[in-house]
Amino acid sequence: MNPAPSVILFTVLSGMGFGLLAFLGAGFVQPVGWLAFAHWGLGYALAVGGLAASTFHLGNPQRALRAFTQWKTSWLSREAWAAVLTLLLLAPVALSDWLGLGWPRTIGLVGALACFGTVFTTSMIYAQIAAVPRWNNWTVPAMFLSFELTGGALLSGQTLPALIGCLALIAALYAHKAVGDVAFAKRGQTLGKATGLHIVGAASVFEQPHTSPNYLMREMIYVVARKHVMRLWPIAFGAAAIVPAVLVAVLPSHPLIFALAALGHLTGALASRWLFFAQAEHVVGLYYGQRQG
Amino acid sequence: MTQLPTHTDKKLGLVIDLDTCVGCQACVTACKGWNDQGYGAELSDQNPYGSEPSGTFLNRVHSYQVQPDVGAAQIVNFPRSCLHCEDAPCVTVCPTGASYKRTEDGIVLVNEDACIGCGLCAWACPYGARELDQAVGVMKKCTLCVDRIYNENLPEEDREPACVRTCPTGARHFGDFADPESHVSKLVAERGGYDLMPDLKTKPTNKYLAPRKKDVPQEASLLAPLLDIQATGFAGWLDKVLGKLG
Repeated sequence: MNPAPSVILFTVLSGMGFGLLAFLGAGFVQPVGWLAFAHWGLGYALAVGGLAASTFHLGNPQRALRAFTQWKTSWLSREAWAAVLTLLLLAPVALSDWLGLGWPRTIGLVGALACFGTVFTTSMIYAQIAAVPRWNNWTVPAMFLSFELTGGALLSGQTLPALIGCLALIAALYAHKAVGDVAFAKRGQTLGKATGLHIVGAASVFEQPHTSPNYLMREMIYVVARKHVMRLWPIAFGAAAIVPAVLVAVLPSHPLIFALAALGHLTGALASRWLFFAQAEHVVGLYYGQRQG
Repeated sequence: MTQLPTHTDKKLGLVIDLDTCVGCQACVTACKGWNDQGYGAELSDQNPYGSEPSGTFLNRVHSYQVQPDVGAAQIVNFPRSCLHCEDAPCVTVCPTGASYKRTEDGIVLVNEDACIGCGLCAWACPYGARELDQAVGVMKKCTLCVDRIYNENLPEEDREPACVRTCPTGARHFGDFADPESHVSKLVAERGGYDLMPDLKTKPTNKYLAPRKKDVPQEASLLAPLLDIQATGFAGWLDKVLGKLG
């Protein structure tokens, strides 16, 4: 699939943002005054910024409000609802922290859960697609939620949750890679089966239906160089989880260390999300003879 | 609404005969020609006369080489368009309700006024049946020529999809699969029409007919009957005399 910057930024930034909001909402860190404003502001900026980035790839963003109508069947619509409701739910908690109103934290706890619910709906937008075997499994929500946990813990300066998050993230990234690498082959789809021509014999492409790439090929038949994959996976593991884990475990608990760890985590998250899209193979590629299958 | 209907009165769709299709691309052209001027936004082209022309098409014809276990390889032309699935994944993923399946005849359509152009339906479709128009940013797909098949301003023989009407070899058939007596239902029953990627559980309405088995190629020379001619008359006499001289 085409690793478009808009969807990479959307999933990475909103995931981190909701992670931070979850930790703030649950009261792991309870800053006051303008420090609270900065913390909550960063959480809201990341979450809303990510959501805004997602509209960049729309053909007709002026109709984006219509995306709230189909929550009964569409994960994208559910994501829209979950995001807006969560942001609204946490607003009084943010206000209370900032202005020192001392309102009860119960809503914050509910909001924290809603943050994880929102990122789960984001992950299901991808995990629901049976035509992309690499995405169509449980490792996608596991990976998205681990990213949220790690990102949120690092941004809110929580050592133990950050270490748990990093370990969960290493496991989830590994699972996603291991399950994903064999998912297409496991599905057993081939050019012969996709066309039904396997009953005649071994099918291969004789001539493409058009002379230059079309929307389908640009959007869904992204071919990624193997050498890039070999380089980016270690970067994803290292920068997103291993380096931050070592930083917060070894060095003293200081905001600068957490900021550094969070930056590393962000880099790794971007690399891993690029791979998430670029490596995902859509079965339509079979018709063009561009999938191993 | 993007909830799929539990039942459709008719199941309109196509049968595509891979045995008959010659890959002339007339269906591609006829489809673009008709759908460029009627239903919804036009099918735009980008850089159509340049070095890398691209554009929106609702029907594409692939060509495959198929090598049977025994005998010569065959060329099979393979038209690919929306299959109007009963369990269409493109419909349920749509966040705006723009993508829908009609209860009356099972046609899957896009309400372009509600489409935000997110492209998720194109991702959800295993068959590559949907293309996002690059000029207007809305999703385009086969409408089964919904503006032809019910159009009483057209002569009756024209009330079928443009691709079917134009096909010079009769490789494309249009009809109602809900009616077991229909032309298309009978064709599917007779020829063993099959679904594409049935394990993805989309339950396509359109069916494909496999290429028929080819005859065994002739081993003997085509000139065989000519090689054994006995000359008669003057030629026979000449043949005999020349044979003696040799």
